Amino acid sequence: MIAELGHFSLILALAMAIVQSTFPMIGASNGNQTFMSLARPTARLQFFFVAISFAILVYSFLTNDFSVSYVANNSNTLLPWYYRFSAVWGAHEGSLLLWVLILNIWTIAVTFFSQRLPEYFLSRVISTMGMISIGFLLFMLFTSNPFDRIFPIPENGADLNPLLQDLGLIIHPPILYMGYVGFSVAFSFAVATLLGGNLDTTWARWSRPWTLFAWIFLTLGIALGSWWAYYELGWGGWWFWDPVENASFMPWLIGTALIHSLAATDKREIFKNWTILLSICAFALSLLGTFLVRSGVLTSVHAFATDPTRGVFILALLAVFIGGSLILYAYRAPLMKTEGTFKLLSRETFLLLNSILFLVAMLTVLLGTIYPLIIEALNLGKISVGAPYFNAVFIPIMSPLVIFLGFGVLTRWKQDYFSQQLKRLRYLLASAIFIGIAIGLMFFENNQLKTCMGIVAALWIVLTTFYSLYLRIKNKKNKLMSLMIIPYSYYGMLLAHVGFSICIVGITITSNHSVDIHERMAVGDTIEFSNYQFNLKNLRQVSGPNYEATEAVVDVKKDGSFITTLRSQKRIYTVRDMPMTEAGIDAGFTRDIYMSLGEPLDNESWSVRLYHKPFVRWIWLGAIFMAFGGLLATADRRYRLERQKRKTILINNETIS
Amino acid sequence: MKIKYTIILALFVIFSPNISYSNDEPVRFNDDHQEKRYYKLIEEVRCLVCQNQSLADSNAPLAQDLREQIFQMIKSKKTNNEILDFLVHRYGDFVLYRPPLKKDTWLLWFGPFLILTIAIISTFFFIKKQASNK
Amino acid sequence: MIRYLLPLTLFLGLTVLFIYGLQNDPRYIPSPLINEPAPEFDLPTLHQPKSSIKLNDLKGSVSLINVWASWCAACRIEHPILNDAVEKYSLNLYGLNYKDNRSDALVWLNALGNPYVESAFDEKGVIGINYGVYGVPETFVLDKKGIIRYKHVGPIDKKKFNDTIMPLVKKLEKEE
Repeated sequence: MIAELGHFSLILALAMAIVQSTFPMIGASNGNQTFMSLARPTARLQFFFVAISFAILVYSFLTNDFSVSYVANNSNTLLPWYYRFSAVWGAHEGSLLLWVLILNIWTIAVTFFSQRLPEYFLSRVISTMGMISIGFLLFMLFTSNPFDRIFPIPENGADLNPLLQDLGLIIHPPILYMGYVGFSVAFSFAVATLLGGNLDTTWARWSRPWTLFAWIFLTLGIALGSWWAYYELGWGGWWFWDPVENASFMPWLIGTALIHSLAATDKREIFKNWTILLSICAFALSLLGTFLVRSGVLTSVHAFATDPTRGVFILALLAVFIGGSLILYAYRAPLMKTEGTFKLLSRETFLLLNSILFLVAMLTVLLGTIYPLIIEALNLGKISVGAPYFNAVFIPIMSPLVIFLGFGVLTRWKQDYFSQQLKRLRYLLASAIFIGIAIGLMFFENNQLKTCMGIVAALWIVLTTFYSLYLRIKNKKNKLMSLMIIPYSYYGMLLAHVGFSICIVGITITSNHSVDIHERMAVGDTIEFSNYQFNLKNLRQVSGPNYEATEAVVDVKKDGSFITTLRSQKRIYTVRDMPMTEAGIDAGFTRDIYMSLGEPLDNESWSVRLYHKPFVRWIWLGAIFMAFGGLLATADRRYRLERQKRKTILINNETIS
Repeated sequence: MKIKYTIILALFVIFSPNISYSNDEPVRFNDDHQEKRYYKLIEEVRCLVCQNQSLADSNAPLAQDLREQIFQMIKSKKTNNEILDFLVHRYGDFVLYRPPLKKDTWLLWFGPFLILTIAIISTFFFIKKQASNK
Repeated sequence: MIRYLLPLTLFLGLTVLFIYGLQNDPRYIPSPLINEPAPEFDLPTLHQPKSSIKLNDLKGSVSLINVWASWCAACRIEHPILNDAVEKYSLNLYGLNYKDNRSDALVWLNALGNPYVESAFDEKGVIGINYGVYGVPETFVLDKKGIIRYKHVGPIDKKKFNDTIMPLVKKLEKEE
């Protein structure tokens, strides 16, 4: 009965979405105030119904209602409650419901934080988001109903895949979806702008905070996914260029281009068309990601149980939304060409290059991801395009970007002068190169060329960014004061770029200097590498709520002195009879020490994998810095000023009346 | 219909990894150089039974067998190319994670750099053009 | 105007590609051995460890090689179809017993029926690798010269057999 209510709630949500998509949109065209005023209430009602539906699905999981087929396939009475909760989004149908829920969360956020948007504009935005919701609700109701019943009701469920029984599943998908789906706001703003035919650029100012937040979530979501794979899969990998990973990376690349392009459009009223196109592109890539995971078109470890019928439906959604918006773009964008001009040596140039280079990077990843499909379509056989290809190609493609970043930060708007530029930069460039090479050669023995290049690149970014800060305060009397009046958005940029450098350092060092040992160990054995000694102290049996395990306890010493004890378990999850390894990790700022228990071999020994991963945490630390940088940018005074202004207007209105 | 369902289930049973306990005996090389080659090679080959894992990452029995095969071939002084050719002859190009450079893959290998060059050059011309507008 | 239509065109291209992709099975791996001579083998037979069976024994007539094992659940499903087919059409069906235990395999055949002229015992799976075996059961169709003309991965169902395999066998029988 309850499950049917959940299903019914979705139908009500669909009804609301239909009203939400039509009336406000029509109202915006003919100035019908009543129609437009329907936007907020219908959006909020839709959210309400979707939320109820989601709550009911959660309830079904928590109460072990195995009469619901989705619950039966993904849960079990032995499963701890917090995994039963996260199992809601562990497979296709439930994660779709999460997608729609998050879309609605963004929509009502827009209804609440949009006082300064003109009514007609807001109506178009809300209607567009409503249309997206219709698409996904229809998809669920027709092909992927999470509330389908199963009869006869099984005694117990098939359990959640052990790989997903982890903290990572609880946080990674929701945060990732907040990012993916968040770009629908930027998309809707772009569509609303195209529909309205606005020639000014105020829409860019409105769009920036929403887009930034989506980008922040996506950055964190991808970092979380990488971190989760690292400790969960047991072999120290953190990025595999799997099609689904690429599907999340592509919107991030375009999203990064977008936030920069929005800044330019906002400040200098340029790149209008380009920013609109990027807004459409970012969301298009989000939808593409949804398609790739659920259609079965590409082989991936992340793919949900794939079904071509579902694939067809999502492809249709893609065609409608992206095809539609691109037709609108082709029609309207020519009218919105940019007026302002800028010289070749200007910040505008570098921002444009930034957009272009991120676009090329995205196209590179896209090409590699779909190339196997192209080859098959042309009947040329079947090939794989995997990590070796992407690693070989992506880094060279990104290099110009890293170089231009340093220049861009130090170049003036509209027009700058080459001689001045050169003076400033040659010392910075020389320093980056010398210091970088020195560090690379002094501290590392292998792969020195690649290591040096990475460190030089990171230093280049850091030095130029901090030099730009120096330039801002250099001629001011009161240094502290001048630091304090620099807008938050500038510090946001600083933090984010530094974060990018940190990432580069982490990736460079870990990729070139990780040590990976595969050995057999019996109790009492010691293995030594990279100045670390690993001694297997004990092998014992442990029990968990839904698994049995063998645990290896290993003492780690460095140059003789004790560092830590690592525990790694080889678990057998009883319901699915599926083995899984829990790695033992000693996390550190400059290195991780990592142990993974393998299989039992003959005579009391086990195969064991030991890793030394230097600077691996810097990869995710860099991402956190980038996310914080984005957050600082949203806290900028300009937005607070707007709120201040609004409060003043409200107060004035009240005092008047 | 029931048969179809059972077949799909059975395929799932066969094609899903982690079904049987694998023999995870660490490989032993006398030569460091050979050992490096081995670890690099097994990252470059796809495990055909799994959903997109390399031979290095996979527990499937076939992955074990192929790792063993590669191990033996390295010890008998076969070159990397000979080993990869051996696998491609039996399983096709699909088994290589690094797509071979041939006419079919020129677009793949050179495309990105071509796009990059065209993009930078066109941007340059575009900026120059609009800079001279007033 | 053209450059505003460029994104749309690219997108349409992608869509067409995906429509094609949806009709494909991403798990299907074409075999490079089609139209190549079947790899040589010289293996002990399953029933008589002292006797051996070679590829040459198959040449001269159209034959099928079915890769099977007692631990393989899908082989169980396909087996009755093989039994029927051999009875009805008197096919030259040979078995390649892949990475199996001899006694388990014999017990399995006793219980489910033995349609094979002979089964080769490939204990280590070395011959299997030479044939590019990755998912048991697999079935190869060889012509009279010992060239592989067709490979099927996974259990054979009646439809596949009647629509694809039988017609091919008949066609090959007419060849020299």
